[in-house]
Amino acid sequence: MHDIGSLVVHMLDETTKTSVRLFAPELVLSGTIVVMLLCRILPVVWRVPTQWIALAGAFSAFALTLCQFDSLVGGAARAESFFTGLLMFDQFSTFFRMFLSLFLILTITLTVLTGIPDREDGPDFYTLLIGATIGLMIMASANHLLMLFIGVEMTSVPSYAMVGFLKGRKKSSEAALKYVVYGAGAAGVMLYGISLLAGLTGTGSLPEMAERLSMIVAQGKGISDPTNRTIVLASLMVLVGLAFKLSVFPFHFWCPDAFEGAAAEVAGFLSVASKAGAFALLVRFGLAFSGHSKEVSSIAFALGIGLGVLGAATATFGNLSAYGQSNMKRLLAYSTIAHAGYMLMSVSALMVLRFSKYAGAEADAASLSCIEGLMYYLFVYLFMNLGAFAIVALIRNQIFSEELDDYNGLGTQCPVLCFGMTICVFSLIGLPPMGGFFAKFAIFYSVFKATSVHWVMWFVLGAGAINTVFSLFYYIRILKAMYIKPRPEGARKVNYDLMPVGLFVLMICLPVLGLGLFPARFTETFHHVASVLLTGR
Amino acid sequence: MFSPEVLSNLIIFVPTIFAFFLIFADTKATEFMRVWTLVGTAITFALSVALLGTYTPADGGIQQVVAKEWISSWNIYYRIGYDGISLTLVVLTGFVFMVSMLASWGIEKHVKGYLILFLILETGVMGVFFALDFFLFYVFWEVMLLPMYFLIGIWGGPRREYAAIKFFLYTLFGGVLMLIAMLMYFFASASMTGNGIGSFNLLDLAKWAAQGNVFSPGLQVAGFILLFIGFAIKVPTFPFHTWLPDAHVEAPTPISMILAGVLLKLGGYGIIRVAYPLCPYGAQYASYALVAIGVVSIVYGAFAALAQTDFKRMVAYSSVSHMGYVLVGIAVWKISEVTGAAEGRDYWLMGMSGAMFQMIAHGVSSPGMFFCVGVIYDRVHHRDLNQFGGLTGLMPRYSGMAAVIFFAGLGLPGLCGFIGEVFVVLSAWNYSKTLAIVSASGVILTAGYILWALQRVYLGPEYKGPHPEAITPMTSREQAIGWALIVPCFALGVYPNFVFDYTDKPMAKLVRSLDDGYQNTPKPHSELQTTQK
Repeated sequence: MHDIGSLVVHMLDETTKTSVRLFAPELVLSGTIVVMLLCRILPVVWRVPTQWIALAGAFSAFALTLCQFDSLVGGAARAESFFTGLLMFDQFSTFFRMFLSLFLILTITLTVLTGIPDREDGPDFYTLLIGATIGLMIMASANHLLMLFIGVEMTSVPSYAMVGFLKGRKKSSEAALKYVVYGAGAAGVMLYGISLLAGLTGTGSLPEMAERLSMIVAQGKGISDPTNRTIVLASLMVLVGLAFKLSVFPFHFWCPDAFEGAAAEVAGFLSVASKAGAFALLVRFGLAFSGHSKEVSSIAFALGIGLGVLGAATATFGNLSAYGQSNMKRLLAYSTIAHAGYMLMSVSALMVLRFSKYAGAEADAASLSCIEGLMYYLFVYLFMNLGAFAIVALIRNQIFSEELDDYNGLGTQCPVLCFGMTICVFSLIGLPPMGGFFAKFAIFYSVFKATSVHWVMWFVLGAGAINTVFSLFYYIRILKAMYIKPRPEGARKVNYDLMPVGLFVLMICLPVLGLGLFPARFTETFHHVASVLLTGR
Repeated sequence: MFSPEVLSNLIIFVPTIFAFFLIFADTKATEFMRVWTLVGTAITFALSVALLGTYTPADGGIQQVVAKEWISSWNIYYRIGYDGISLTLVVLTGFVFMVSMLASWGIEKHVKGYLILFLILETGVMGVFFALDFFLFYVFWEVMLLPMYFLIGIWGGPRREYAAIKFFLYTLFGGVLMLIAMLMYFFASASMTGNGIGSFNLLDLAKWAAQGNVFSPGLQVAGFILLFIGFAIKVPTFPFHTWLPDAHVEAPTPISMILAGVLLKLGGYGIIRVAYPLCPYGAQYASYALVAIGVVSIVYGAFAALAQTDFKRMVAYSSVSHMGYVLVGIAVWKISEVTGAAEGRDYWLMGMSGAMFQMIAHGVSSPGMFFCVGVIYDRVHHRDLNQFGGLTGLMPRYSGMAAVIFFAGLGLPGLCGFIGEVFVVLSAWNYSKTLAIVSASGVILTAGYILWALQRVYLGPEYKGPHPEAITPMTSREQAIGWALIVPCFALGVYPNFVFDYTDKPMAKLVRSLDDGYQNTPKPHSELQTTQK
């Protein structure tokens, strides 16, 4: 039995020796926030432009995560939990932290180019942006129900403020308010679910959850047993919170309004980064049911099927609603919803395969390809969706409009931007040789594998396939406006100084093409990451 | 000069390389860019003819396979190669693109964009004909969508947006079905590859299908339906043909030439190269339906063509009708109900060869017909069949050329359209006498709408439509295109072995392996009982 003193010493030891080192990227970002705010107070350094400080912080965080990822993949470091088991340091979480800091770099660069925020608001905006990113990174490495909640909230609160950042615009404030109310509701439900789970199992630690659940679950009684029912209810409540972040049907209502009210840069951030963090968390939460108990597995299996149906509904709803939109940001918001649906299908396939009755070596290999597909999708999605939002922001700076009708005939006026948009749109539809095709292919493949386990997955696969055709309708409207419609008489002339803006657009859009042409390198890495996550090897 | 492997890669990518350099050209240097593109397509055509020289017709198998690992964890390879079937179509593609480029001189709007898309389209088409990996096949197949959408959508006629989206939508829908079939086969072949991943190798998949015990009958039937719909949309056959008249009518002349000459052949090629070899049981299971669909396409297309007043729409429906022969020729696979063995397999082989020849012949005559429509449309800016007449007197050389090309489409003996139709109708007689008679009646209907159109456009005392002053004789460029299209019409009609020399052996091999595949596939129980009775 340890006395308190030795426990404290042990904790201090762990914190200083390992945890702080592993947490370094987040700490660097926190430091950046402090420096930015200090700069604002001290008149001497107020001359230093805030965005460069933010960019430097983002770059160092990216470099750190890259080193960590490298040492993990190379075998120099090993996966471990830190901060007394609250957070997890493994390939999966480090990949997502790397992903998020890369995204942070790109978003800050974009804001530098578009000039939102202005000089006065710079520190506030970047503080919120970086703060949200830290929250997402915690979501990606959460290993405990408490961190799950803290991560989600740390992301949500700065997001609310960012959505309302365009002060003095009624739409923006309205959007932020909607987002806050909805978000608070979802967070409350999730917190209730977490407390139920923690109360039932006596622990918040995700790796221990399956074992504890198998101890309390009533054997062979199914849903009629109160304990089982509470477990299902609690899991569903946690999923509600995540579904809100993912804007999954029917928790998506905030998404189009928030995106329309927010600046396109912020909308891009919300649509990519918070999806990535939430999916990382969803996968981890789903895998927390892994154990030897048949009863727990069957609950998780049912959840997986439910997620599949939700994914199909989300994709269908998103695509059909997008068709009627005339505002670019709303259109892309519904497209975001649809893509969340596709990605949810792969999580569903993962849970169905992993928790099926026939689980074995083959199912393990199949569930591995689900995570691989999801990661590939997110990686392509980073570029294609950010590209689309970035181009919307850049065009807005020229024509002062985000209405689709005002895009008419832009194809000849700013060829580089429109070329970039073409690549992004074709990738979003999922046409080869863009990266979006291979990503979709990988997800359809994992869903197809899951069809051998349960027939509902056929329905999910069919919905995914049909949705690809649906989505063509509205994506093609963007290209039609840009290239086929003529520029109206007397419309504002658009002229772009090619160098920084064009370069930035190409820098985002060419990876979309590259990921489609040469996916091998990335799939191998993702395969490795997934196999460590699932099998520890 | 180059090894065959390098040659085939060059044929695929030379157009892209030429397109890439076009990006840096000055937008105003239109004449230079046109010549540059023409050189690019001419080089591609020359290379494809050179490739013909490296082919050994005596060996019917796939030759000069290049396989480079592409995505190793998925067993996806960059695998290309060719046999007589793909090679003849490659040469046709090179030829049609070169001729269409000549016909593209009149395009004045955004010349640079047009030419870049044109060249990318050629890469996509060539890639499909060379691809031997299902994944690669699919990638090239879909790569064609992007340029085609813009080529119709930007440079097309008044209803171009509608036509372009319709084309895109149909093809994408077919593509998605193909994707699911692809996954089914990938999944089902996992036990055969040795590493448990599955395979996209079309050659291996075909080999396993011929073994009969790898792919279950249910899989073959489901896979065949998915693949067939995907390809039938492209062919197009009734009832998936409705995109074609719109796309053809709205597309600019050179794009119509490519669409009719090459893109429709991709559907037929897909059926021959992918759908049949992978699902022999499914193909035979559906054979009566396929022949029936083909016959309906022939007759329906011909009747629809008869009813048109728009010259270009009439030619478009004639494509539906002519491509029906291709499907009938491929599908006349008769199984004896008594023995379960193939009945009159040589007739089926004849039908297959006829279908192949019909594809090549239609690939020459149909661009020719669209070209003829384009020539007169460029002058008088209308296409109403009832407002022409008397062109023979005003444009004698053009009318002569048009007559030859339309007669080739009609199937006059001595011209290229004849051989394919005869082979197909003869082989259909073995399959089903009723269907053969109906399909033969299509020949008469074809003669009807073509002769009637010729009469209304070229004969008669005087020109009745608007802009009579604009009717001028053919330019030398137009004459060059005309001659380029007429020569193969005659050559193929007089000496069909230009095609048969290359396609006979691969077709015989294909028919043999399909038959093996069907015989080896364990039949579902109920059917066995009926055959035993």
